[in-house]
Amino acid sequence: MKVHADNIAIPSGITREISERLKINDYTLQPTCDGITTIWSTRENLRVILLYLKLQATPPYGLLFDLTAVDERERIHRHGLPESAFTVVYHLLSFARNEDIRLKIALNDAQLSLPTISDIWPSANWYEREVWDMFGIVFEGHPHLRRIIMPPTWQGHPLRKDHYARATEMEPFSLPEERQEIEQDALRFVPEDWGMRRHGKDSDFMFLNMGPNHPSVHGAFRIALQLDGEEIIDALPDIGYHHRGAEKMGERQSWHTYIPYTDRVDYLGGSMNNLPYVLAVEQLAGIKVPERAKAIRVMISELYRLASHLLFYGTYAQDVGQMSPIFYMFIDREKVFDILESISGARMHSSYFRIGGVALDLPRGWDIRIREFIDYLPARLDQYDKMVMQNSTLKRRTQGVGAYTTAEAIEWSATGAGLRATGLAWDYRKARPYSGYENYDFEIPTGNRGDCYERCVVRVEEMRQSLRIIKQCLDNMPTGPYKANHPLTTPPPKERTLHDIETLIQHFLNVSWGPVIPAGETCITIEATKGLNAYYLTSDGGTMSYRTRIRTPSFPHLQMIPVMSRGMMVADLIAILASIDFVMADVDR
Amino acid sequence: MNTGIGDASDIIGILVSVIITAALLIWVERRLLAVWQDRLGPNRVGPMGLMQVVADMIKMFFKEDWIPPFSDKLVFVLAPTIVFITMLTGFAVIPFAPGVGIIDFNFGLLYFLALSSLSVYSIVLAGYASNNKYSLLGGLRAAAQTVSYEVFMGISIMGVVMLSGTFNLREIVEAQRDGWFIIPQFFGFIIFLIAVIAESRRGPLDLPEAEQELVGGFHTEYSGMKFGMFFVGEYVAITLSSAIIVTLFFGGWLGPSWLPPLVWFCLKTAVGIVFFILLRGALPRPRYDQLMTFGWKVLLPAGLLNLLVTGAVVLSLHGT
Repeated sequence: MKVHADNIAIPSGITREISERLKINDYTLQPTCDGITTIWSTRENLRVILLYLKLQATPPYGLLFDLTAVDERERIHRHGLPESAFTVVYHLLSFARNEDIRLKIALNDAQLSLPTISDIWPSANWYEREVWDMFGIVFEGHPHLRRIIMPPTWQGHPLRKDHYARATEMEPFSLPEERQEIEQDALRFVPEDWGMRRHGKDSDFMFLNMGPNHPSVHGAFRIALQLDGEEIIDALPDIGYHHRGAEKMGERQSWHTYIPYTDRVDYLGGSMNNLPYVLAVEQLAGIKVPERAKAIRVMISELYRLASHLLFYGTYAQDVGQMSPIFYMFIDREKVFDILESISGARMHSSYFRIGGVALDLPRGWDIRIREFIDYLPARLDQYDKMVMQNSTLKRRTQGVGAYTTAEAIEWSATGAGLRATGLAWDYRKARPYSGYENYDFEIPTGNRGDCYERCVVRVEEMRQSLRIIKQCLDNMPTGPYKANHPLTTPPPKERTLHDIETLIQHFLNVSWGPVIPAGETCITIEATKGLNAYYLTSDGGTMSYRTRIRTPSFPHLQMIPVMSRGMMVADLIAILASIDFVMADVDR
Repeated sequence: MNTGIGDASDIIGILVSVIITAALLIWVERRLLAVWQDRLGPNRVGPMGLMQVVADMIKMFFKEDWIPPFSDKLVFVLAPTIVFITMLTGFAVIPFAPGVGIIDFNFGLLYFLALSSLSVYSIVLAGYASNNKYSLLGGLRAAAQTVSYEVFMGISIMGVVMLSGTFNLREIVEAQRDGWFIIPQFFGFIIFLIAVIAESRRGPLDLPEAEQELVGGFHTEYSGMKFGMFFVGEYVAITLSSAIIVTLFFGGWLGPSWLPPLVWFCLKTAVGIVFFILLRGALPRPRYDQLMTFGWKVLLPAGLLNLLVTGAVVLSLHGT
C-alpha cells in the first residue's frame, strides 16, 4: 500500500532556523497529512530545541498544545522514519505565527526515559505524568512522576500494545481482604508526598478532601485542600475517576464504530466531539466533504455549543448559591435538544456525523423550530443578564476571583473561553477555519481581566455569536448531497451495489469490517465547547486506528486549579470550578 | 405585668398549629419555588401534592437513625433538639391576638433575642459533634455569622423599643395603632430582616449549610428524624421570624375590623414567610468574609445611626 502522506509538501521555515541557529542537523522530517512540521530529533537535543522554540524563536511557539506518546512496536507502515519502540510527541502551537510544530523523540526499549520539560512549561507536568502512566516512559527530573489517571496500584501501562484492552483478557476479578487494605491505603492522601507541610508558622493546617463525590466538582473529581481556616494554602487536584480508556478503545473499534465514543468524551458537547474525529479520518482518507454536509455540521455544532454553554451558565449561577437560573436555562436547553432530536433522532449524544458527511439529510421543515428558537433565545439571554450577570452579589463573588493573565494562560496551556477572557482574541474557527467556518460572519468575544466573571461573560456572548452562525446556516443552507460520494465513507454509497460486483464487494467489506483508511498521521483541532479539542490519529492502513490521541481542553484547565485558588477561600474555589466549565469525561477520557 | 394568658389547651393548640404550619411549609416552599422556577414541584401525593408532607414524615421516621461511630454521640443526639426547642419556646411570647397567646411577658423582645441566640448552639454543637471537616467548617461559619448578626439584630430593633417605650410585645403592637413602625423604622426593618435571615441561616445567607461548598455543612452527617428536626426547626424559625417581624413592624394583629385580629396576624405572617421563600429562590449566596464585612462595616454603622436619629426624634417630640 502506498503511504498517503508521501504526497504532502514539507514547510521549511522553522526547520531551517533550527539547523542554522542551533547547529542541529541530525533530525528527520516527517511528512504528515495535516501539514504540521514534524521533526524527529534525539534525546540530547530535546530541551535545546524546545527552549529555542519557546523562548528565542520570534514569534515564539508559546503553547504546549499536547504531549503524548505512541507505542510503535507493532506499526508496519513506518517508511522513512527513524527506528523507534516508543515515540514521544511534543506538539507546540504559536498564536502569532498561527502555525504548529511537532517534535518527536524516538526511544528504544533499552532506555525509556527523557529529560522532563515541566520546568519549561508548567503544563507539561500532568502530560508527562500521563505518558508515564500510560506508556511507562520515565521523565528524569519530574517533581512528582506518579500515576495520574490509572489507580496508584495499577500494574502495567495501558496504552502499550502488549497491555490487554478488555476485561475478558484478564483473570476474573477478585478482591481479597489484604488487597482491599492495600487499595484503601493507596487512596490515603499523604501531604508530605506532595511537598505539603502539616504545620504552618502559627497554625496547623487542615486537609480537606473535596470529592470524588461533591456537588460542586461536576463529576467524579477530587481535590485535596490544604486549609488554614477557610483560606486555601494549596490545592491538589486528583483526576482519573472518570477514566474509561477512550484512547485504548480507539485501537479496538473500527473507524466508523468509534464515532459514538467521541460523543461521550465531552458529554455536554454531543456531536461537536464527532467533528475533529471525522475531519481527521476524512483527511487521512482524502475525502472531500460536500458543502451541505459542512453547513449541517456547523449548525449542529453550534447548537451543541449553545446547549453546553446554557448548562454552564446555569450551574455557574447555582454554584455561587443562586438557586433558580439553572431551571430557566434547562428549559432553553431542552428546546435545543428538541431541535437536535427532530434532526438526528437523539438528544445529548446524537453521533450524527459520519465519515464523509452526516448520518441523515435534514428532515422536511427542519428550519421551523430552529427559526422559532433563534427568535426566542436572545430575549431570554437579556433576561439572564439582568438576573445573573448584573447581580451585585454574584459580581462580588466572581470578579477578581481566580484571575490569570494571558501569559499565564499560555504557560498552562489554557484555551477556549478561559484564554479569551484574558484578552487574547484567538478562536480556532477564525484563525484556522475548518468545515467552512470561513464563510460565516461572527465575532470573537473577549474580556480583559481573565477572572471567573469574565469567563462567564465571554461564554454568554459566545452564545449570541452562535445564534448568529445558526441564523446564517438557516439562510444559506446549500443544496446537494449530505454525504461525499467516496468509497470510504460510512455507511458507504449503496446506489450502485446491485449494478456491479466491485461496488457490492466494496460495500460489503466497508459495512462488515469497516473502511480501510490509508496509513498516515494527522491531527485535527476544533474550537470545542470548552476549548481546543484535537484528535491526533495514526493509521497503519487498517480497519482500526493504530493510535487515537484525544487532546481535550479540560485536562490542562484542571491543572491550573492550584494556581488559581491559592490564597482564596473555599467558596472562591467553588466559583473557580464553576467558571472553568469542565466535565470529568473530557479530562480523563 | 408578667401574666399567663392561655391555659393548657391554648398552649397545646398553639404548639400543634405551629408544628403543623412548619411541616406544611416544606410543601409550600417546594411548590412555590417550583412555580417561580417554571416547574411543577410535588403534585403527586394527595390533592395538589399536599400529602407529600405526610409521606416525607413517614419516610423520615422510618429511616435508619444512624449515628456515625466517629461522632461525639451524646452531643450529636442532643444538638438537633436544641434548635427545635428554642424556636418552639420562642412562640410563648408571640402576641397572636388580644387574649390569644401563652404569656404576656414584659421582656418578651429580649426573650426572643435570647432564644434566637441560643439556637446557634444547635448548629455549632452539631458541627462539632459530627467530627466531620465539612460539618466543622459549617459550625464555625454558623458561630461567626450568628454572633455577629445578633449584634445588629439587637441594635436594629432598639428604635422600635424607643418609639413604643417597652419591651413587651403586646404593648409594642398596641403602640402601632396610629401607624405601623415600618414607616418610621424602615432602616431598622431592613437591618432586622437581614439579621433575621442570617440568624435563621436561610438562603441566601445559608453559609453554614452551603450545599455547593460544604455539602450540607453542619447537618452533613445527620439522617432520619434527627435531620428532620433541623429541617422542621428551620421552618419553625422562619415562622417565628415572620411573626416577630409582623409584631414589631407591621402592627401585629391590627387591621381593619372586617377580619378578626387573629386572622390578620396569620395573614401577615404568611406573607412574611412567602417573602422569605422568594428571597431564597432569587439571590445568590455571598462569601463568608463578605457577609462579615457587610455586617460590621455597613449594618452596624447603619443600625447605630438609626438608633441615634430615632433617639433624637423621640427626645425632641416627647422630650422633657
